[in-house]
Amino acid sequence: MTILSLSKALNEGMRKAMEDDPKVLIMGEDVGKLGGVFRVTDGLQKDFGEDRVIDTPLAESGIIGTAIGLALRGYRPVCEIQFDGFVFPAADQIITQLAKMPMRSLGAIKLPVVVRIPCGGGIGAVEHHSESPEAYFTHTAGLRVVACSNPADAYTMIQQAIRSDDPVIFFEPKRRYWEKADIDTSSTDWWPPLHAAKVVRPGSDATLLAYGPMVKTCLEAAKAAEDDGRSLEVVDLRSLNPLDEPVVMDSVRRTGRVVVVHEAPVNSGFGAELAARITEQCFYNLESPVLRVGGFSTPYPPSRLEEHYLPDLDRVLDAVDRALGY
Amino acid sequence: MTAEASRGASAPPELVQLLTPEGERVEHPDYDIDLTDEEVRSLYRDLVLVRRIDLEAVALQRQGELGIWASLLGQEAAQIGSGRALTDADMAFPTYREHGVAWCRDVDPVKLLGLFRGVNHGGWDPEEHNFHLYTIVIGSQTLHAVGYAMGIQRDDANAATIAYFGDGATSQGDVNESFIWASVFNAPIVFFCQNNQWAISEPLEKQTRIPLYRRASGFGFPGIRVDGNDVFACLAVTRKALEAARTGQGPTLIEAFTYRMGAHTTTDDPTRYRVASELEAWKLKDPIERVRSYLFKNEHADQAFFDSVDAEADQLGADLRRRCLAMPDPEPLDIFDHVYREPHALIDQERAQFAAYLEGFAQ
Repeated sequence: MTILSLSKALNEGMRKAMEDDPKVLIMGEDVGKLGGVFRVTDGLQKDFGEDRVIDTPLAESGIIGTAIGLALRGYRPVCEIQFDGFVFPAADQIITQLAKMPMRSLGAIKLPVVVRIPCGGGIGAVEHHSESPEAYFTHTAGLRVVACSNPADAYTMIQQAIRSDDPVIFFEPKRRYWEKADIDTSSTDWWPPLHAAKVVRPGSDATLLAYGPMVKTCLEAAKAAEDDGRSLEVVDLRSLNPLDEPVVMDSVRRTGRVVVVHEAPVNSGFGAELAARITEQCFYNLESPVLRVGGFSTPYPPSRLEEHYLPDLDRVLDAVDRALGY
Repeated sequence: MTAEASRGASAPPELVQLLTPEGERVEHPDYDIDLTDEEVRSLYRDLVLVRRIDLEAVALQRQGELGIWASLLGQEAAQIGSGRALTDADMAFPTYREHGVAWCRDVDPVKLLGLFRGVNHGGWDPEEHNFHLYTIVIGSQTLHAVGYAMGIQRDDANAATIAYFGDGATSQGDVNESFIWASVFNAPIVFFCQNNQWAISEPLEKQTRIPLYRRASGFGFPGIRVDGNDVFACLAVTRKALEAARTGQGPTLIEAFTYRMGAHTTTDDPTRYRVASELEAWKLKDPIERVRSYLFKNEHADQAFFDSVDAEADQLGADLRRRCLAMPDPEPLDIFDHVYREPHALIDQERAQFAAYLEGFAQ
């Protein structure tokens, strides 16, 4: 067992993937000597060289567009988008090319490209550095969209994403980069499939559905609720596209009450998709409407206000109160 | 836009030309080419056959068999010249008008029609022909071509890529980013811009105040303007640029100065945005006529040869028409195919639901 932070777990996962497959490349702005602005790629260029860890010019569309070309030539590029808000200049290449090209070729082409996006708020950053753009990508067919929430998942999921022959949008919760956990790096026996959701805390009164940075918040909320005699189940979705519906619906059927928690604005967010699917499939099991806790329908606020914008324990527990009040 | 700037963008200075519009062979100190009579006849055949493919496709669209078609009329020499400069190992990244390049890469012409008939989004295997799929979004493929070229570098292969795009695409961010990437990584790529003077209804003056080939110098690599209606010059210039790319000398931008004789696609009407005299002037520079006149004047081909090429074109056109009409509609459940390479629960679920729905009508 090794104690690793989430960022270091990603680093170790990428290192392992690069050792296993010489076709794996890392590319992005500042990923080389600097090791990325969050140091997630720290030391990789030193060990694998500039041809495999490529410091790119400062243009996101160029990063994804050239990664597509490298993938067409048989490489497996892992692209770093420096911050969530900077993925939008690359959105055209991701949505119109990366997602669609394999289908356009009737399956002749595979594009094993991973797009890593440090996402979400809570680190006191300036604007465009704290956003949660997952819904843009879950809406696009041809992409797989996953979000890790802890060091162990970060270590396994990045390797699985790199091995996937489909393009994967890989969200990393930047405010959890420095959290640590024990990880067994010697075995793959404990690895769940990339698209499996996990019940990370069992409970019986209501289900909290979360992914990425909000999993920890929900676990803390569930612990606090326990003091009030309430038993909350927490499900870490891990994958948003495809969604592990059996695990989600099974939990909903057992508890009858659901609160979805994410940082992204509630309006047209991924929580809306969850609420709709749960209502379709578990209508007669529900004791209350599916409630959502998330960001407001505003741009992400200046950092001195972000504690009000981001879902916290109180907002989650308030929603639980409302769900249980029906 | 001043008149001066406008002239700066479109005036033809320093144009590499090896065959005049009258069919006279001329020399160029840097870009001469030695072609056998047989090679010239072969280029002529290519030009005639791709024009016929194009005309047949336009006719098929007019008869409702294709939803839309992007005609290459007038650009045959740019495409055949550059396409015949490629080796089997080189990789071409087209837009949606490169039917002549597709011909040079041995893509079955009927496969080009699938996209325009609406039976698929591109029906050939890019690796089989080293000819990538048509790309509809303007300029996206130039970045793919650079990335592929970076892969060639890493493989240490004796090959290059060629990225095709039009004058309108030079305004796109992706094309400019691809110039930067190619330059700083010294990628083995040739950027082949077919400046056909019009981006749908927008003239060249709406894209640039300087000749397009001069853009390259700002990115740190050579740019060259070639007579895009001269198949010899296009072949010579592209061959040299590809060789430079393969031998580690980095990218080149080629601006093939040509003219789109037809509409942008069959949906637009050029009489709304350009004057007839312009078209008449360019007719005198026709890429096929000048090769024909060269062959005829120098007695490198006789009437029997021209007749046989025309007969082959008739046969090709008829065959294309027959196979286009025979192209079946895809099956409804094909919608779900190839979205992902690996199993995907949501796709499987939706396919099963739609199949059950369709079966309901069968009962």
